[in-house]
Amino acid sequence: MSDRAVAGMTGIDERAVFAGDRSVRAKAVIVFLAIMLAGVMLFSLTSGASNASALSVLRELWAGAGDDALSARDRIIIYDIRLPRVILGALIGAALAVSGAVMQGLFRNPLADPGLVGVSAGAGLGAIVVIVLGGTMLQPLTALLGIYLLPLAAFGGGLATTLLLYRVATRRGQTSIATMLLAGIALGAIAGAFSGLLTYIADDRQLRDLTFWGLGSLAGATWMKIASAGPIIALALVAAPFLARSLNALALGEATAGHLGIPVQRMKNVAIVTVAAAVGASVAVSGGIGFVGIVVPHVLRLSIGPDNRYLLPASALLGASLLILADAVSRTIVAPAELPIGIITAAVGGPFFLWILLRKRGIVDL
Amino acid sequence: MIEAQDISISIGRTRIVSNVDFSVKAGEFVAIVGPNGSGKTTFLRALCGDLPFTGAMRLDGHDMLAMKPWEAASVRGVLPQSTTLTFPFTVREVVKLGLLAGRSGASRSDEKRLPELALARVDLAGFAGRFYQELSGGEQQRVQLARVLCQVWAPVLDGKPRYLFLDEPVSSLDIKHQLIIMDIARDFGRNGGGVVAVLHDLNLTSMYADRIFVMHKGRLAASGTPSEVLTDDLIEQVFDCRLRVGVPPQGNMPFVLPQTAY
Repeated sequence: MSDRAVAGMTGIDERAVFAGDRSVRAKAVIVFLAIMLAGVMLFSLTSGASNASALSVLRELWAGAGDDALSARDRIIIYDIRLPRVILGALIGAALAVSGAVMQGLFRNPLADPGLVGVSAGAGLGAIVVIVLGGTMLQPLTALLGIYLLPLAAFGGGLATTLLLYRVATRRGQTSIATMLLAGIALGAIAGAFSGLLTYIADDRQLRDLTFWGLGSLAGATWMKIASAGPIIALALVAAPFLARSLNALALGEATAGHLGIPVQRMKNVAIVTVAAAVGASVAVSGGIGFVGIVVPHVLRLSIGPDNRYLLPASALLGASLLILADAVSRTIVAPAELPIGIITAAVGGPFFLWILLRKRGIVDL
Repeated sequence: MIEAQDISISIGRTRIVSNVDFSVKAGEFVAIVGPNGSGKTTFLRALCGDLPFTGAMRLDGHDMLAMKPWEAASVRGVLPQSTTLTFPFTVREVVKLGLLAGRSGASRSDEKRLPELALARVDLAGFAGRFYQELSGGEQQRVQLARVLCQVWAPVLDGKPRYLFLDEPVSSLDIKHQLIIMDIARDFGRNGGGVVAVLHDLNLTSMYADRIFVMHKGRLAASGTPSEVLTDDLIEQVFDCRLRVGVPPQGNMPFVLPQTAY
């Protein structure tokens, strides 16, 4: 018996069988975003002071060394400067957008963003501790962990902040939005105070490192940085999709998620560690880059809905594209100098955030 | 059969429920009634595993505290008093969340259309494409019931009864939909499942419930069939107002009217 006949017999309008189902559109959007990311990466590889053509770069990447499509100078620019920068931008953009989406699911609030609620500040404190004390007090740790110490310390700072935030803002499974935002301000201030103290005792060389790092920039992207932060971010990005169904259930409240068979406490722990890992590793290599985590999931929800099975991968792809684009703008708009990328994301994200608030004032009225 | 013995529940330092014995069998519709603040919802939440309690709670002889979330989810669905969503889910997306729990128990041909069937059951056919946040409170409550029905579509799975826990399922509904929802609950019981519902309307309770547990100040004031429990004395004592219990001319269930109506 065909579906049509079955639908007819039960009196269910067959058009209604797909009403409210956005999964097909969501999949199409994900495919589109993947293609867009590929295009944006190629664009970024070919734009800048050197003018290697898109075609020659593609041929070079495809055929590898030995092809004469690129000059030796272009090859160095592409492989040692632009490619690590594009890859790092993609990783960090994806990490920030996904951690925003996961946090929003966890707190059941579209305003939760690692940058807004102090998680980035906590991760930053972890990073600053290593930059300032890594050569002296923490020397044994530096010797032990090498390049991984910085992202791990930032991860630790992010984790501590997220845990504290959750403890403060959530009571009996209910998260108060006002408490969450205010606690975020307090945690950010505390992290800022310790960061300031460390900056105060830093020597000149450390100060230069701190300033460079704190501006939020992909300018220092190297294969070494990718090797240090990449694995942690990749781990978080791989873990995130496993949270999707649980986060969907959590939208109904913690108790109801539990009644649907979700091990809520365990799932929350995994979500918090995932967010802290993604944010910590990103902050460690690129400083604080704001608003990606709030803008990307919000825009996507308007188009494909809040189902995290689609929202998380789509956020990763769009976040990656946006950050690579923002980076391309940051290094071309005042060429040959560079604007810190954090300025670009804040300039776009700040007004966007206000727009969300104006459209949905009810979100904060709790 | 779900059996609870000597259940006491405290929130903070306040004792909310004291020494309550309770049971619901397969095929039975059990109502919990009582005035505001008598501990009905608190007791139901403990029964669902949402609140810590002292005492014993068993499902077919097994300790319910030891059950994993997914084991519990396969034998019982829970409808909370109200559910607000902060993200713009469509009605279909909400209803389909019921399928997260695993096996609905629906036949293979029904399984694919379960969201439609469940929505039609709660008189919301054609609502699948609407946004949940834009519905009225009563409609939202029915969407949530459709979600719970998706979870435990078959009242009996693998020969074992399943249970529906409903916390004031009809308090935001108009009279037509009150009856529709109560019919769904009664059918669930008649088809071999067990139903526990916290209710306020004593007449609906009398019409539908097989047994009534009356709670008063955190304790069990009475339990039994509607005709055993709904008496002038008990009602006046528990609800602290003068009501008259009668029997309609063509029925055998008691009905309750306020004295001032005369």
